Amino acid sequence: MVNATKLRPLRGRDPLGLRRALSDRLLPALVGAMALLAALAIVGADGAGRLAERWQQSEAGQIMLQLPRETPLAPVLSRLAALPGVAAVSAVPEERLRQLLAPWLGEIPGLPLPRMIAITLELNTDQIPLLEAVQAIPGAQLELQSEAVRLAMRLADGLRGLALAMLGIIGLVAAALVAVATHAGIAARRETILILHELGARDGDIAGRFARRLALLCALGALGGLAFAIPALWFLAMQAIPVVLARDAMADDLPWAMLALLPPAAALIGWLTALVTLRVWLRRLP
Amino acid sequence: MVRFSRVGLRYPEGQGAWALTDIDFNLAPGSFTWLLGPSGAGKSSLLGLMHLSLRATEGQVEVLDADIARLPRRGFPALRRRIGVVFQDYRLLPHLSVFENAALPLRIQGLTEARLNADVREILRWVGLLDRADSPPATLSGGEQQRLALARAVVARPALLVADEPTGNLDEAQARRVIALLREMHRLGTTVIVATHSEALPEEYPAPTLRLQAGQLVSNG
Repeated sequence: MVNATKLRPLRGRDPLGLRRALSDRLLPALVGAMALLAALAIVGADGAGRLAERWQQSEAGQIMLQLPRETPLAPVLSRLAALPGVAAVSAVPEERLRQLLAPWLGEIPGLPLPRMIAITLELNTDQIPLLEAVQAIPGAQLELQSEAVRLAMRLADGLRGLALAMLGIIGLVAAALVAVATHAGIAARRETILILHELGARDGDIAGRFARRLALLCALGALGGLAFAIPALWFLAMQAIPVVLARDAMADDLPWAMLALLPPAAALIGWLTALVTLRVWLRRLP
Repeated sequence: MVRFSRVGLRYPEGQGAWALTDIDFNLAPGSFTWLLGPSGAGKSSLLGLMHLSLRATEGQVEVLDADIARLPRRGFPALRRRIGVVFQDYRLLPHLSVFENAALPLRIQGLTEARLNADVREILRWVGLLDRADSPPATLSGGEQQRLALARAVVARPALLVADEPTGNLDEAQARRVIALLREMHRLGTTVIVATHSEALPEEYPAPTLRLQAGQLVSNG
């Protein structure tokens, strides 16, 4: 006789009067500020990641292996390439070596030069297997990655972790803001909620109305925050990239896809927080 | 239709003083019943149990043939939609128009605009408020607000209509008009129970009575 599953959802434009109860601009403004900080954190994490990658792949991040001239290169190259964590292995051409030495030694035709192999490791790779492989090659000498580069990469990793932690904290603060706004909305519309509840509205109907309204406010706030963040981030990129990467800033230097996810993410936080807050509150009613 | 069996209620949260003790009665389908008693006798509490805004501390409450104690919480909305409630203080929503207040139960049931429009207009015509459809409730007189509350309670054609002191704040002429509307609902087949502290109304409109005194049912018939 009583079938809850077949009930249709509450209709009507705004029976709870949420446009008025939750119309203040404080929540969107605060969410906008959170979005601005989140955009900075995203760009910080992305920038640190790119920098670490660049250092890793740059010549300073390479390991140079020196071999006696008589050592055949092909088997050594294939053995090194098969090692775990080795991103790239290549023989340095003799012509390139002569060019590098020319400023110090001048042009000396016939000067015997050792064979050199450039090895690029993936981030945070254990170097022990490489050391063991090199020890097995007679006469091989390894120039390990410079300590400065390793420290710089560790710093970049730390910065990225810090930026991601900041994102998490920003998400939690945004959720707390939505919870406070939801409680304010409940206080403003308590009697209306009780009447709808007593007329037969389901918890999901009432909570869903709040959740949709707060999701919209959060999305609008995040869009506003992004509107401020993007020019500021572009300005920062134009200043920093010529210094760090020795080139002009380009459009794809900013992580657009991640930034575009901010408004939907804010909406999701608003929707979910409001839904849970309302449902917990409604559970107290008979 | 409605059956109370050794029902007791104490609140808040089933731990305070007893508001009702040992209540036994039946309401037959299609009946009209007066619920009498002085202020504080427990009339609103009894009606609250009937329209599911309160849960009994002990005993068995059956409403529209559903055993409330055994009904899961998710089953309550469907049952509530079959019960119309008129409150003494109207409990209209001030941010909605007269039309929207009356339409609320139909919107809760998910009816489309096209389907509910005719029903709401008909019910507003029935209570004499069609020409005020677009007004906010605050601009209505007390009697008009009570008739709007009645319209909201009956627009979804409830099987049970519960009215808590519906004439308490009205003058005699307005009170007669509201009682006439309640009796009209009864004539159309709805089970109606009306709480009042007035002794004059049952004398003027004779019907079975339940009489409460200090939370106990002292007469039934």
